[in-house]
Amino acid sequence: MTNHESDSRPLLLGGPALGLRLIVLVIMSIGLMVADQRQHHLAVIRDWLSAAAYPFQWAVQAPLAAWDGARESLATRSRIEADNIRLAADNLVLRLKLMRFDSLAQENQRLRAASASSARVVQRSLVAEIVRVDLDPFRQRVLVNKGSRDGVFHGQAALDANGIFGQVTRVGPVSAELILISDPEHAIPVQVNRTGTRTIALGTGRSGQLSLPYLPQNSDVVAGDLLVSSGLGGVFPPGYPVAQVSVVQHDPSQPLLSVTAAPLAALDSDPEILLVWFDSVVVEPDPSSEPEPPAVPAPTGGPGGN
Amino acid sequence: MASRTILGWPRILAMTIIALTATVAPLPDLLQVLRPDFVALTVLWLCLLSPRLTGLFHAWGAGLALDAFRGVLFGQHALAMVVIAYVASKLRLQIRAFPPLQQAAVILALLWLYEFLLFWIDGVSGHPVTDWRRWLAVPVGAACWPLITGLYARFATKR
Repeated sequence: MTNHESDSRPLLLGGPALGLRLIVLVIMSIGLMVADQRQHHLAVIRDWLSAAAYPFQWAVQAPLAAWDGARESLATRSRIEADNIRLAADNLVLRLKLMRFDSLAQENQRLRAASASSARVVQRSLVAEIVRVDLDPFRQRVLVNKGSRDGVFHGQAALDANGIFGQVTRVGPVSAELILISDPEHAIPVQVNRTGTRTIALGTGRSGQLSLPYLPQNSDVVAGDLLVSSGLGGVFPPGYPVAQVSVVQHDPSQPLLSVTAAPLAALDSDPEILLVWFDSVVVEPDPSSEPEPPAVPAPTGGPGGN
Repeated sequence: MASRTILGWPRILAMTIIALTATVAPLPDLLQVLRPDFVALTVLWLCLLSPRLTGLFHAWGAGLALDAFRGVLFGQHALAMVVIAYVASKLRLQIRAFPPLQQAAVILALLWLYEFLLFWIDGVSGHPVTDWRRWLAVPVGAACWPLITGLYARFATKR
């Protein structure tokens, strides 16, 4: 309660005190921004601040999560039965595929051993739930409920059931922030599955679209081509689906093609994702294959990229 | 005045935290881009109506908290917030005397300045967001101003 009679503070603000405070605070803000941007000194402090914000962020989505939970537990019997039948059928198909997978994996390992290159497949994965908060409508970032306590680390790759989802940019003790492959600051090295052409897919800021701006006019890309991760850079495991080419525009006046692709992972509707661990040996690109794509101007949005 | 302010630090803290959570509460995509910056509106209201309790340091703290919440460059919202809090504190006697519509116009200008500073810092730090829809929050925030003042006046006073 403020008692106006006994308050000795000046009623009229302004003067040098206010201006001085402005200058001091502005300089402090600029100092913080420079420290955060240039030197990454603040990484530890940032992680702790994100951790402090997490309980509030969690509380914001708790009512929604509770509503979803209640709806789930009140789901009708017939729907659950239908789901069950569908899942059993899915399971059968997947098991059929798996039967061949074991022998193929062994064969692959033998071949890899013969050519002395290590097979880099996902070795361990962790399911993380997405916390439903809107961090920034113009950036594609999400918060998940697993952190350094579960072994999550900076730059870790995240996948969903259909393809590559994003990578970890900030880790708190029990939460982590992910940058999606569709964020305008994200770039992922990919390979056209049909031809082996390597290039880089950049995020556009829209969840349903990636752009591939570094393909020359004569490259062999058509709509419908599958893009898989090439594994260059060592952040993402190689060979996992990333996106499907949706539009290829030939403009003869331009030196490069304008190609857009649709990410296969359900970037804006996934309730949970997989954080993966794999044996990340950086492979040298095979000199006999396609030439390297040009250098990327955008940072890969990797660890501490913001 | 018949009403008496009961605004103290607990209430100011509560208002700030509510504004922060409102900034990240999940909304459908369409409404997401229309969401006004509740923290900036709260800081402006406090600077105009209760300058003896809060001020630039509160604005700075709220801006830093917003940076931590949204996971953007640290100090970005803090800087923009301090600048508009300074202008609002400096001109508060004039602004308070304005009729509601004119007051909303001043808020529009201040929010535009805030958004422009953020836009500029985004660009300088190499994370440009050039989507035109980012400016939608400015008129929406100004349109919300009469609502916010009414709401906060109830929250901060007892009759």
